Amino acid sequence: MTQETHSKQNKSTLSNALNCTLNWVDARFPLTSNIKAHLTEYYAPKNFNFWYFFGSLALLVLVLQILTGIFLTMHYKPDADLAFGSVEYIMRDVPWGWLIRYMHSTGASMFFVVVYLHMFRGIIYGSYRNPRELIWLFGVAIFLALMGEAFFGYLLPWGQMSYWGAQVIVNLFSTIPFIGPDVSEWLRGDYLVSDATLNRFFAFHVIALPLVLLGLVVAHLIALHEVGSNNPDGVEIKKLKDKKTGIPLDGIPFHPYYTVKDLVGVSAFLIVFTVIVFFAPEMGGYFLEANNFVPADPLKTPAHIAPVWYFTPYYSILRAVPPILNSQFPGVAAMGLSVVAFAFLPWLDKSPVKSIRYRGGLYKAWLAAFVVSFLVLGYLGTVPSNVWGQFGDWLSGADRATVVARFFTVVYFLFFALMPWYTAKDKTKPVPERVTG
Amino acid sequence: MSDNQNDKHQTDSQSCGCSQVDLEKRNFLIATSAVGALGCAAVAVPFVKSMTPSERAKAAGAPVEVDISKIEPGTVLTAEWRGQPVWIINRTEEMTAELSKHHDQLSDPNAEVSSQQPAYCKNEGRSIKPNIGVVVGICTHLGCSPTEKLKAGGDMGDGWQGGFFCPCHGSKFDLAGRVFKGSPAPVNLVVPPHKYLSENLLLIGVDTEDKA
Repeated sequence: MTQETHSKQNKSTLSNALNCTLNWVDARFPLTSNIKAHLTEYYAPKNFNFWYFFGSLALLVLVLQILTGIFLTMHYKPDADLAFGSVEYIMRDVPWGWLIRYMHSTGASMFFVVVYLHMFRGIIYGSYRNPRELIWLFGVAIFLALMGEAFFGYLLPWGQMSYWGAQVIVNLFSTIPFIGPDVSEWLRGDYLVSDATLNRFFAFHVIALPLVLLGLVVAHLIALHEVGSNNPDGVEIKKLKDKKTGIPLDGIPFHPYYTVKDLVGVSAFLIVFTVIVFFAPEMGGYFLEANNFVPADPLKTPAHIAPVWYFTPYYSILRAVPPILNSQFPGVAAMGLSVVAFAFLPWLDKSPVKSIRYRGGLYKAWLAAFVVSFLVLGYLGTVPSNVWGQFGDWLSGADRATVVARFFTVVYFLFFALMPWYTAKDKTKPVPERVTG
Repeated sequence: MSDNQNDKHQTDSQSCGCSQVDLEKRNFLIATSAVGALGCAAVAVPFVKSMTPSERAKAAGAPVEVDISKIEPGTVLTAEWRGQPVWIINRTEEMTAELSKHHDQLSDPNAEVSSQQPAYCKNEGRSIKPNIGVVVGICTHLGCSPTEKLKAGGDMGDGWQGGFFCPCHGSKFDLAGRVFKGSPAPVNLVVPPHKYLSENLLLIGVDTEDKA
């Protein structure tokens, strides 16, 4: 660069040159204005707390997954005969392959940890409420795309759990009345999960869904920066602006204030992340299931089959709903609804306040019941089905797990279904004019 | 797209005082958009179709011959047909006798649901020979392969008469692949088309019926 040689002679020459370059770019691409709009002059509420780390962490994990994923595709083979071996090859023979693969597999679980906490933040502070409904809807779409991404990716190692998990999930579609069997055959590209299925899941996992995810993340952020961030008090900082500058009184520039804050979150997160990668990449069978170290065998289902932990609450709901009129579709529909239900929150919540800080006991009790349901269902989803399967009374003894799962499935849905009622009836506290810090 | 442009055009023309909508232009835009949408739909067809089972996948369903003479009574041999496990169950006399004793616990004891077996297997044992059951070992719930629990009792509890248990969602089947009431699986296991070439030589998948 010619600028550099000049810089040794004169500092102002350098800054002039930089300025010139910047002006040249700005005349052709809105660089400075975008940096201002999204970083240095994007005013975020000054009272962000712990819960606000998880958005930026989700972005970090997304980047990590894309990066490690690119390097994995350099060695992985999406072929039913070669896939399992190529993953073992990555683990044993590729220099540092084990690290990249463990980062990717741990990243998948951590993605859901971070996203669940991010969603919980949105729920407790009412971040889905007017005017942020679209941010929330984009977020729900991201969540759905992420679930798809995780599911497609899980088939790729072609282990027993990969295979039978895919078999079950694809067959969920075949329970749809009338068109179901054709839909699942179309998804598989064969009469059973096979090489054709693996090959297309690879395509979905490495290009189709990542593109969708990235697009949705951009939409999520554009919508956020249009209306501005919510905060733990749930008050709109844009209502009170400095009369001279027009800057919200309770707003501070995202950069440097929140970039620095997020760096602290990133550091803490990376400590946890690396400890898992190095010391517990399988996480006792929760992040990488034991049965997936056995190559896929289309003739034999493993004795204990369960999805990875982040799907278990919905899986429990699937198992809890009994077949109705000889059709399993109600269970599948309930499972689908349990995920999609989040999308309706902006319209179900009738409370005059947004944040949990100003809500009453009724709401808090329902939220607590929901969290407990989610956790209990999540736990039950990991439990083998021989504890579960004892529906009916032809085998002596009632099955407690089923009863518990049914109870909490009902609570789970009541949290959403009764929300218009209990949020309206709830005794709220007065909301302050400005954020409380 | 074109609608938006149309609206914009309309508001623009209104703001400049000329409220007249150019109907000819609008119709032209609607027509071209419709043709364009049709074109897109037509182009989508090959892409959607490309994801259906290929000719190779369709051709992979060749029938399988199995010698059943080596199956001990009370055991199961698993054959592979169309990539799926097919169980050939050699039922002992007690097992065969047991089949008629628990009808009240079954959803479809007499194999009434015709999609689940060929007409020649519409009987209690759902088989051609009373002691040899031939069943596709794929759960009719969500497609896992149930585990053999052939012996009565055991870890399945005292009421168990022997059969198959699906580890995925706990469906239970008896030794004729008939589903027990209360299982998530809605119907009995599929009996594939099959016939005996000789006393001990079984041919699975001989019918041309497409039950994949």
